Amino acid sequence: MSALIELSGVTKVFHEGRHNALVALEGIDLSIQEGRITVLKGPSGSGKTTLLAIIACLARPTSGRVRVAGEVVSNLPETFLAEVRRRTFGVVFQQFHLVAGLSALTNVMLPAYTTGRPHAEIARRAGALLDRLGLARLSGERVERLSGGEQQRVAIARALINDPPVVLADEPTANLDSALSADFLGILGGMRDEGRTVILSSHDPRVCEAPLVDHVVRLLDGKLAA
Amino acid sequence: MRNWISRQALLADYTLSALARRRGRNLALFTVYAGIVFVLASTMLFTHALRREAHALLAHSPEVLVQNLKAGRHAYLTQGDLDRLGRLRGVSRIEGRRWGYFFDPVFGATYTLMAPASESPGRGDLHVGDGVARVRGLSTGDTLALRSAAGELHVFTVKKVFSSESSLVAADLVLMHPADWEAFFQLPGGVFTDAALSVVNPLEVRSVARKIGERLPETRVILREEILRTYEALFDWREGLLLALASLAVAAFAILAWNQASGLSADERREIGILKAIGWDTRDVLTMKLWEGGLISGAAFSLGTLGAFVHVFHFEAALIVPVLKGWSVLYPRFVLTPSVDAVSLLTLGLLTVFPFTLATLVPAWRAAITDPDEVMRGTT
Amino acid sequence: MIFQKSILALLFASGVGAVGALAAGPHALAVWRHWDLESGSARQLRLERRSTLVSTGMALLLTVQSVALLLFVFNADRMASQFVGAMCAVGTLRVDGFGFPALLAQVAAFFGSSVWLTMNAVDGRCRDRPLTRARSALLLALIPVLLLAFGLELAFFLGLDANVITSCCGSLFSIQAPGVGGDLAALPPGQAMTATFLLLGGTAAVAARTVHRGQGGLALGVAGILAFAVALAGIVAFVSLYVYEDPHHHCPFCLLKPEYGYRGYAFYVPLLAATSAALAAAALAPFASARERGPASAGRVRSATRALAGVALGGFVLVLLLMAWQVASSGLKLLAHG
Ligand SMILES: Nc1ncnc2c1ncn2[C@@H]1O[C@H](COP(=O)(O)OP(=O)(O)O)[C@@H](O)[C@H]1O
Ligand SMILES: [Mg+2]
Repeated sequence: MSALIELSGVTKVFHEGRHNALVALEGIDLSIQEGRITVLKGPSGSGKTTLLAIIACLARPTSGRVRVAGEVVSNLPETFLAEVRRRTFGVVFQQFHLVAGLSALTNVMLPAYTTGRPHAEIARRAGALLDRLGLARLSGERVERLSGGEQQRVAIARALINDPPVVLADEPTANLDSALSADFLGILGGMRDEGRTVILSSHDPRVCEAPLVDHVVRLLDGKLAA
Repeated sequence: MRNWISRQALLADYTLSALARRRGRNLALFTVYAGIVFVLASTMLFTHALRREAHALLAHSPEVLVQNLKAGRHAYLTQGDLDRLGRLRGVSRIEGRRWGYFFDPVFGATYTLMAPASESPGRGDLHVGDGVARVRGLSTGDTLALRSAAGELHVFTVKKVFSSESSLVAADLVLMHPADWEAFFQLPGGVFTDAALSVVNPLEVRSVARKIGERLPETRVILREEILRTYEALFDWREGLLLALASLAVAAFAILAWNQASGLSADERREIGILKAIGWDTRDVLTMKLWEGGLISGAAFSLGTLGAFVHVFHFEAALIVPVLKGWSVLYPRFVLTPSVDAVSLLTLGLLTVFPFTLATLVPAWRAAITDPDEVMRGTT
Repeated sequence: MIFQKSILALLFASGVGAVGALAAGPHALAVWRHWDLESGSARQLRLERRSTLVSTGMALLLTVQSVALLLFVFNADRMASQFVGAMCAVGTLRVDGFGFPALLAQVAAFFGSSVWLTMNAVDGRCRDRPLTRARSALLLALIPVLLLAFGLELAFFLGLDANVITSCCGSLFSIQAPGVGGDLAALPPGQAMTATFLLLGGTAAVAARTVHRGQGGLALGVAGILAFAVALAGIVAFVSLYVYEDPHHHCPFCLLKPEYGYRGYAFYVPLLAATSAALAAAALAPFASARERGPASAGRVRSATRALAGVALGGFVLVLLLMAWQVASSGLKLLAHG
């Protein structure tokens, strides 16, 4: 069975060629299967976020190859990388990163703005997503007025607007209490049941040890740990 | 293609909402921008309208004018002089013209008193241009008393007030009977201020002028094409000088625009980072930023041009006339015929929108290359 | 006389274009030497980012520069009334020795720019950016052309002097005149017409073949340049006569005057567009067939070649039809016997 995402020999160096050069990832070989929930686990500074960014086509590795659905993406110019990113990935950020001053609905719609789909169609889908996450009533509200849990659900709806086959979340429970964390894991389960692939980074045992998780990848100092 | 349009529409829509959210910051820039367009457009519209007036004025004037000189000063032509000109090849008509300037001390205005050879008013009657009528408050049937240089009072009846497509032509004109004209200026009978020659073929104008010089050596020959050339040069030069000065303002403005565009607030920086992280690429952000500049440009350009149009054609360019004096002294008051030309607008765009867009491009690009993964690291 | 609005605008457009290209030079050189999409090195990432800026900026500058070519000609025609002896753009251009060289340099800059703009657009659509290095090289080659065009334009405008008595088209495009203008005017109109129509038609056929096959851009480019030259010669040799309805007036610039309804632009704009499309198709030719390119990119290059050939086809056919219509509708009957 061929993996959905395959990394081989992926290395990321920050400040390359300068005195403060830092090897954040080194020689990562990793394959991620379709339709599973994978967790990247490791202490702070071990390279989880950097690895997620490379998987999500947000950054290019300094060397090594990344394949998404069989296609090599690590040598794509930015425009096309962004296209792959839009088509394939939805990301829920640790700090949610909603655009203040805009309504929840507009925030959810933003990733679809550059796809060229008509406004009405995007708005309809965004409304449906908010509805499904129990936020229909708040869709016109400006996001900075929402609670933390509500903001995260807006961020989840936004990650799903382009109907991506892969959803990534960076330390999703770091800012949530236990009840909300449990809710979140429930939503993840729902996504997997829809056939989506889920990749998380976390060092939260509530996540790493959840029965839902199919696969745990351990990271230490930028390398895969056995 | 439909995709492209819908994408542009969404980006423009997003930009509009972003502009609205940062209203205050953009307002100052917009005001300066519209102000500069206003000044430049006023100058261009004004000179363009003047140029048109001059052409209209000269369109009715003869190809060649002959003035008599005595000791290098202007003197009157006599019927004898006209006879000596005789028939010239290429000249279809020779006409002696009677006209002179009259300064009206009461109203501080100068009129052109003219006695046409044909279709002149009857004795004691006047036809006056609408400018004169306005200044003196005249209408048909009124009487007008003018005191000549010799001190006598001449009383006339206004038979007609005329206007023309170009107020420059008609504004200061007063037509009278030739005998009245001679009496008013105390001139002997049978003299002419100058002679007008019609030449049909423009290529023959110069040879006609040469022949006149041979037959009447003591005359000055004025060619319409020379006057046009002088006008053109004068207008172009004055307009250009003003624009050159204004371009300093444009340069200063471009720097302001650059500054403003580079001084992204932390908010805006964060926003761009988020957009990139959720799937926008550098070109999307750049397009959005160019839309931002484009919308500001479009609004400032329209507003400035519209304002200039109203200023020039309804308020007689009151704000720039002092700078462009020279013309306004000649014609104390006139309303220009509204007209706009495409080349002026194109040039205006080249001198304002183009530099503005250039000045915002680099800062926009700087903002657009924000790394998409930066957001993932930021803890703000 | 440079204090005139159109002159200031023209000098500004051309100056900024030249300075912009010069500023992009180091980047173009770096791309030429170091471009490597396979690498994720810091330098490559920097180059890719800068490329976005250079592409967008140069696209803006070169587009404005191309429009400025029309404004340049229009302005030369308008200014004719300010010089003794000038009846049309020719008189203005001959006030000093830099007018015609400036025009030629601008036309060269126009063709270079439009080819670059096309390569830039096509490159942006291909994943492996096959044209990036080539278009950097073209940009480097364009720098001296743009600088020259700006310098000549500046010299021309600085040299304009209202006291100069210039000579106009009559002495440049007449049968007696020495030089190219005279030679072209002296061509027998009937044969010139046959040759022009044949060449325009032939080029249109080459373009049609390229539309059909998505290949053969090189041939189209060569044919396009030939057609351009022959069409210009044809305008001097016979089209002008039919426009002016005067068997001795050969000027290709009087066509641009309002008296003739700005008809010249109807000939020159499609001609310039068609020729630059043909040249751009030629520039794409090496990338349409290369075996080592990804099939996706070669496909895109081929479809771009087709579109360009379509523009060339449309443009040349339009020019041909306009010329034929001009001949047919004119009051002048030069070839009544044949
Ligand atoms: N843009 C950057 N510049 C320099 N160093 C960075 C950058 N991003 C991450 N790092 C460094 O790379 C290492 C891995 O970071 P990160 O992937 O954020 O780890 P984690 O998410 O597991 O905490 C850390 O040492 C971090 O300081
Ligand atoms: Mg992290």
